[in-house]
Amino acid sequence: MTDTTVWPLWEVFVRSSRGLSHVHAGSLHAPDQEMALRNARDLYTRRNEGVSIWVVRSEDIVASDPGAKDQFFESPKGKDYRHATYYTKSEGVKHL
Amino acid sequence: MAEHTSTQAGDGGRLQAVLSPEDEAGQARFDEIIAQDSRIEPRDWMPEGYRKTLTRQVSQHAHSEIIGMQPEANWITRAPSLKRKAILMAKVQDEAGHGLYLYSAAETLGTPRHVLNEQLLTGRAKYSSIFNYPARTWADMGAIGWLVDGAAIANQVPLCRASYGPYGRAMVRICKEESFHQRQGFEILLELSRGTAEQKKMAQDAVNRFYEPSLMMFGPPDADSPNSKQSMAWNIKRFSNDDLRQRFVGMIVEQAKVLGLTLPDPDLRFDEESGKWIHKDLNWDEFKAVLAGNGPCNAQRLQRRREAHEDGAWVREAAAAYAAKTNEKAA
Repeated sequence: MTDTTVWPLWEVFVRSSRGLSHVHAGSLHAPDQEMALRNARDLYTRRNEGVSIWVVRSEDIVASDPGAKDQFFESPKGKDYRHATYYTKSEGVKHL
Repeated sequence: MAEHTSTQAGDGGRLQAVLSPEDEAGQARFDEIIAQDSRIEPRDWMPEGYRKTLTRQVSQHAHSEIIGMQPEANWITRAPSLKRKAILMAKVQDEAGHGLYLYSAAETLGTPRHVLNEQLLTGRAKYSSIFNYPARTWADMGAIGWLVDGAAIANQVPLCRASYGPYGRAMVRICKEESFHQRQGFEILLELSRGTAEQKKMAQDAVNRFYEPSLMMFGPPDADSPNSKQSMAWNIKRFSNDDLRQRFVGMIVEQAKVLGLTLPDPDLRFDEESGKWIHKDLNWDEFKAVLAGNGPCNAQRLQRRREAHEDGAWVREAAAAYAAKTNEKAA
């Protein structure tokens, strides 16, 4: 029998401990969301790496275009004044 | 640019003499990222040769992890204590996990999982030749952990810095987990070595059999490894096969002393002049024969893999049917 059951791809995000964000851990194939969660647990938290898992269908993720990277992220460039390090005159002044 | 074109011709037989403006810009951006020793990510433009080389390397690596489950899984029921069984099961689960991390990384290059899987099942894809050797005794679990996983780690640590992001990230995860594998193998050998004379002999015998095949895991000698140069130029590979091999030998020399075992290599010595370890000539004819499918266990390993895949078919079908039914209800 030919195996035509190609399971969809899911992205896995793991929260390593309370107070931290979920971080992308990797991806896996699973037939449905429940199996995706269980597989993610078995695959990405075999050593207590997480207290919470998100799984998201890979096709549902919207990503910026890496080719248009320069235009897309152009706006913050040249705006050093958005960083504290831009302001040097206060150097040496305490608690500032 | 000329070099790039010739690589494509060599790999795919398609000569692309003229690049489109998009490809040219992509190539320039790619070259820049590599020159900065930064990382290439899945949706970046990359040369066909780079994609092909990585797909082959990462999927072969994944296949090796999956086939590598077999010699050890075979010993779970015969492991000498409940503790040893639990440890061995954890290790085999890790190998499965490593295979899955790597398949995911390979897939980001554009070849779907079921295609990669089929390449393994039909015998078109290669995997590490080491897993075509039989694991004859319990001491082999020790030698595999210490030498085979040790060689794998020596090979994989530099791959954490591979220029392809998903591959490097998978390797980081794998290397963290592999160190447990090597230590547990070392412990098995140490306990046997400190046991009865018969147990010590068993440990020595296992080391004797796995020494040479584990050194061959680093691949053919540099002079005989035509793809290495390009892989190093692309920052996939960071050190040459011979370099990693001699470094590994140097590490296990001291470890063997702690084990109270010897390495079956009368030529082994540290060469002050070159600062490198010199080991015996390895049997590369055997390596090629095993890689070509004529090792002691090639047929058995593939057959077992096919059976496992076929035996699991009803589970996959049931899961897919259940998912379809649930989706229908929800819709």
